[in-house]
Amino acid sequence: MANLSKTAAIVGVAESDEIGIVPGKSALMMHMEAARNALADAALTKDDVDGFFTAGYWNYDVAEFLGIKPTYTDSTSVGGSSFVIHVAHAIAAINAGYCEVALITHGQMGRSARAPYGRDPNLPSAQYDSPYGIIGPPVNYAMAASRYMHQYGEERTRQALAEIAVSTRKWAQMNPKAMMRDPMTFDDYHNSRWIARPFHLLDCCLVTDAGAAVVVTSAERAKTLPKAPVYVLGAAEHHDHSLIHQMPDLTVTPAAITGPAALAMAGVTHKDIDLTMIYDSFTYTVLATLESLGFCGPGEGPDFLANQRSAPGGDWPLNTSGGGLSYTHPGMYGIFLIVEAVRQLRGETGERQLKDPKLSLVNGTGGLLSSTGTIILGVD
Amino acid sequence: MADYKLPLPTKQPESDFYWEKAQAHELWLRKCNTCGDAYFYPRDICPKCYSNDVSWIQASGKGTLHAYSIVERGPIPPFRDAVPYVAALIDLDEGPRMPTNLVGVEFDDEHIKIGMAVEVTFDEVTDEVTLPKFKPAS
Ligand SMILES: [Zn+2]
Repeated sequence: MANLSKTAAIVGVAESDEIGIVPGKSALMMHMEAARNALADAALTKDDVDGFFTAGYWNYDVAEFLGIKPTYTDSTSVGGSSFVIHVAHAIAAINAGYCEVALITHGQMGRSARAPYGRDPNLPSAQYDSPYGIIGPPVNYAMAASRYMHQYGEERTRQALAEIAVSTRKWAQMNPKAMMRDPMTFDDYHNSRWIARPFHLLDCCLVTDAGAAVVVTSAERAKTLPKAPVYVLGAAEHHDHSLIHQMPDLTVTPAAITGPAALAMAGVTHKDIDLTMIYDSFTYTVLATLESLGFCGPGEGPDFLANQRSAPGGDWPLNTSGGGLSYTHPGMYGIFLIVEAVRQLRGETGERQLKDPKLSLVNGTGGLLSSTGTIILGVD
Repeated sequence: MADYKLPLPTKQPESDFYWEKAQAHELWLRKCNTCGDAYFYPRDICPKCYSNDVSWIQASGKGTLHAYSIVERGPIPPFRDAVPYVAALIDLDEGPRMPTNLVGVEFDDEHIKIGMAVEVTFDEVTDEVTLPKFKPAS
């Protein structure tokens, strides 16, 4: 397999004009605002776009609304990891000559949609899960977390989940776009109400309205654009189940495949990573994922995370936007991980800016810990 | 039973037999005659080796609790009024893991332990649908 490391770069990222609680917009308007903003960030125009990538809705429904007529289209739809995987697919398509400017868009009204989103009742989940109230992420991820606690100890697991919730909020306090910016103490975490045990409310991500978009092009073309290219150095994808009872091990996510593969493609190791962006649908998602990625061994996450290492000033910065837990989470949050990583690598994040980061690992997770995409991003 | 408000399964051709047997208070699994794997959920082709030579076997109904959640906030409106309930994954003695509700137990960490022995029980939720659930083994 050809190594496509550093052959393409992310040249534009943006959110929709507003994110949070935005009842005055539709999901497609969120796509459109984000697309326009990301193309402006890239100093490219709509007419430069020849590759189109989205998830959730059918590609032509979104592209028509956006006025885009691509000659390459990719509708890979594996939940919140989709957009990270779109980057992986974009670099392949660009190298194959199928497209030169890839636009990846997302928009979702998790909070304010006027009609509900639903799953096909013909799918197995409707037979074997829904009748038991095993519906939606909190219940499913909570069961996985219960297994981790059983294997590795309840108290130290609980402390790890608290470390993640508290450190993520600290980052959010420095992000003007974050929805939850009030301080959070460890007591606040432990005292928040139960949703699905072992999850407290503050183990769970927000439900918001938001859109985001990412523009990818060849390394050559990227060098002609005004902003510094953020190169895609590594990329990998995997899914190994859909439903939680089909997950091979509730404590190991598909990141066990995609983390090592993306790092190997980039030719870097965990120690080289300056910023880690891990999809935080739940605190537990981060705990399981960082182990699966290989930052530490199975069951070692609680020690790895101790003493607010992942908070501002810590030596393992994590989810500096404030994450799905405190910044925004419209439903399929993965694209926002990329937006923050690119901004950090460019030095555009103001108060929360890390000192001269060169490498970021971005890991999106979709479904019920079902799919992951990992990309390694870097700047010269 | 007419006022049962929770979601009911949309049965599929490959699973009609499973639900028929559940109505008769029996738990049946698919088992592959080629590779020997018993699997959940039912499919007419073995997902492990793609053999068409698959049988139905009656499960013992015994297993252990693999993971669970005491749900305090229902994920969709009909379940808002059904809380608390226990979402659970059971490792059946025959091998497969299946989702269910744990019933017949006090809903707290003293009475629910991962690894505990459980056995199937049948909940006739409507005239057409009986759901296999699990309770602590007697
Ligand atoms: Zn087989």
